[in-house]
Amino acid sequence: MPFLRPLAMLLPALASMLASGLIAATAFAADLPALVGALTTGSFGDRETAIGALAASGEQRAAPILEALAAGQLYVRKSDNLVLIGKPDGNQLALSEAISGKSAGSGSEAALDRVRVNNRLRGVIEAAVGSLTLMSPDAKVRREAAEALFKRRDASSLSALDAALAAEKDPRIKRAMSEARAASVLASDAPTSQKLDAIALVRERADRDSLGVLEATAGSATDPEIKTAAAAGASAVRQTLAAWEAAQNVWYGISLGSVLLLAAIGLAITFGTMGVINMAHGEMVMLGAYTTFVVQEIIRTSAPHLFDASLLIALPLAFVVAGGIGILIERGIIRFLYGRPLDTLLATWGLSLVLQQAVRSIFGSSNREVGAPSWMSGAFQVGQINVTYGRLWIVVFSLIVFVALIALLRKTPLGLYMRAVTQNRPMASAMGIRTPRVDALTFGLGSGIAGLAGVALSQIDNVSPNLGQGYIIDSFMVVVFGGVGNLFGTLIGALTLGVVNKFLEPYAGAVLGKILVLVFIILFIQRRPRGLFALKGRSVE
Amino acid sequence: MITRFLWQGMDRSLRLFVLLVLAIGVALPLLNQLTPPDSAFHVPAWLLQLMGKYLCYALLALAVDLVWGFCGILSLGHGAFFALGGYCMGMYLMRQIGSRGVYGNPLLPDFMVFLNYKELPWFWYGFNHFWFAMAMVVVVPSLLALALGWFAFRSRVTGVYLSIITQAMTFALMLAFFRNDMGLGGNNGMTDFKEILGFSVQADGTRAVLYFASAVALALGLIVSAAVVGSRFGKALTAVRDAESRMRFLGYRVEGYKLFVFVLSAAMAGIAGALYVPQVGIINPSEFSPANSIEAVLWVAVGGRGTLIGPVIGAFIVNFGKTWLTGALPEVWLFALGALFIVVTLLLPKGVVGLWGQLKARSQAKKARAPA
Repeated sequence: MPFLRPLAMLLPALASMLASGLIAATAFAADLPALVGALTTGSFGDRETAIGALAASGEQRAAPILEALAAGQLYVRKSDNLVLIGKPDGNQLALSEAISGKSAGSGSEAALDRVRVNNRLRGVIEAAVGSLTLMSPDAKVRREAAEALFKRRDASSLSALDAALAAEKDPRIKRAMSEARAASVLASDAPTSQKLDAIALVRERADRDSLGVLEATAGSATDPEIKTAAAAGASAVRQTLAAWEAAQNVWYGISLGSVLLLAAIGLAITFGTMGVINMAHGEMVMLGAYTTFVVQEIIRTSAPHLFDASLLIALPLAFVVAGGIGILIERGIIRFLYGRPLDTLLATWGLSLVLQQAVRSIFGSSNREVGAPSWMSGAFQVGQINVTYGRLWIVVFSLIVFVALIALLRKTPLGLYMRAVTQNRPMASAMGIRTPRVDALTFGLGSGIAGLAGVALSQIDNVSPNLGQGYIIDSFMVVVFGGVGNLFGTLIGALTLGVVNKFLEPYAGAVLGKILVLVFIILFIQRRPRGLFALKGRSVE
Repeated sequence: MITRFLWQGMDRSLRLFVLLVLAIGVALPLLNQLTPPDSAFHVPAWLLQLMGKYLCYALLALAVDLVWGFCGILSLGHGAFFALGGYCMGMYLMRQIGSRGVYGNPLLPDFMVFLNYKELPWFWYGFNHFWFAMAMVVVVPSLLALALGWFAFRSRVTGVYLSIITQAMTFALMLAFFRNDMGLGGNNGMTDFKEILGFSVQADGTRAVLYFASAVALALGLIVSAAVVGSRFGKALTAVRDAESRMRFLGYRVEGYKLFVFVLSAAMAGIAGALYVPQVGIINPSEFSPANSIEAVLWVAVGGRGTLIGPVIGAFIVNFGKTWLTGALPEVWLFALGALFIVVTLLLPKGVVGLWGQLKARSQAKKARAPA
């Protein structure tokens, strides 16, 4: 059978090919149990070598096994010497096979031997895991590993970092790795020139961790050149950090200021242009928040897919609800009290009590849950400032409301009438403007804006019957501080008070900071009784 | 001399009213102490305590009325003066506890031991003496009123602006007193008082005396207020209320008038607070809450601003309503209180006393018309 010859020649080749493939496969498979087995036996010194070997193997399972070992969660089953990972699960341990990762049910510690580690081994494991994860295919894991190594600044991770750096493609991760490498260089006994380069690199990073690295280097270095470079770097980083912190405070301040602006701007209309003290203004905010709650409840039960739009739906409704009630208040109570501001104050206070109790009777006195739509949750980083989307939207929203209000006052007939009535009521009346109607609409507008504020505040505050009370005094402060009858004054007043409050907080604490701001405003009103931007001329009295 | 002057400063109805207050002040404690518990005339201790509380409220209302009704200064922060007076009394009572507190520290009150204070803060010195504490009851609220009024009246902060800053003041004080670092008991305030001048605070006899003291304080407050309001000074004060600018142009130093009456009123509120604390047995920062101050203004509005009898009657009516409603129908109380604010300002700008006057005027007008 001549045709069999080539086949016969082919067979050994095939066989050897298959065999080599098999051998390669089994070599890995055989290797891992052996390596893992070595972890559990021998002296601590032997185990250290085993850890190094396992880390060098590049096995997928190496990292979880080593992490379990460091955490004291690696066990050997007494009955069959199988190596298991046991995570605490109540009184029992949830077991999984170390080598395959398959679940192995649960068991008690009595049937197992814990593989013991000491602190030295833990350090070795951490470095080994760090270098393992540096090579991970997942970019996020690599980045985190580089960050972790930066914080550890261990000379022993240098080689791993060098290897990872050579293989890394992503420039940002590469940057993180070279920073980690620089931190490791500073911890090693590398030559001065390398260390100086490393200091420059760490200094550029300019965050809290790099400050730690530089301060440690400045403290421990013996070489005066390195010492001064590190100290100079540390102070530079400190300055940068202080600037970031100030920027963060400014952002928090703007965020708080925008909340104050939202709460106060409706008041600026009613108080500023009409001279009416509306103590029930906070309750208009509360009604807006409860409108949001009701809208969300309806959406939750009947149209869940609209949930992300719930706030947008609630906005016009809140405006209408609060504005409508505002018009009712003006027609029913306030119009009888014009020219008696102190009586208006008392009557509207009484009204606020009634509204609070009414809401409490209907919705109960406990806090109501108002959810955040998906586009308002989450956060992002600008430099070292943490910005949450919710806060960002509130800032944007308050500015939109402000601009819209200015446009309304300047560009529409209603705005023209409002300004005319504000500036000279009898003259406006003589010119044919129906002042009672303008009064009602102005009051409705101010209340409606408070309702809008309520929609925004439902996202950051507890929706309870007392929601409004927390804002009423602050809102008055803002309006009075900014100057009555001046919307730009209200804007500046709100932002100033917000920022001042946030800058005081780190030094004085939240409560004392608020007290100081109140005292400051009380004193400020003494100096300038009409606020920052006072109206001048006849309209004042 | 002085008594005669004071007595002549009052009109007949006010004289009768002061005598009535004093009579009730004497009669109720006597009925409580001298009649057996099963007698029809017996006044139980709880009623005495309740009435004592109302008397303190009435004095506070009188203080508010003095500045609002007669000088046009609507203070929304009188609760702060009341509470400060109360805190001064509370500090004295805390020092009297001595080593009978839970921790048994002879010098430090319990909450200080709890907060790891090692020694008494400086502002607690002297409060173990009754006379010093009583002086502070007047001095502390007066000083605060002096400082606030000095700045505010000189820079001509008037009307609603003044109302708002007085409200901000009491709000700021409330926040401050809620802090544990203030060394004044934090949010728990001060309580568990044992004795006053060596007499047990809980004893019926002490209660009776405290009640009597409150009645006397109210009577004295009425007499002093009447003297102030009825004098030339009082006429100028009313003129400031009605036409401040004109008074200024006529050469009166308006701020001086306002400052005097504001400080006097704060001192009265402080005394009311000091008498209130031992009778209710607790003082805490919620007394500073702006709502309390506004409620005091309501008592005045209900009773009748610009009269001296009005605030006392208003305080009794509103607080009786509050005690009754919060017990019987707690849900309704805030509705009632809110509605009262609205109704009084819209329909009864002169209060209950004014209503009496209106009805009398109407009946007289009817009488005058009848013969014709």
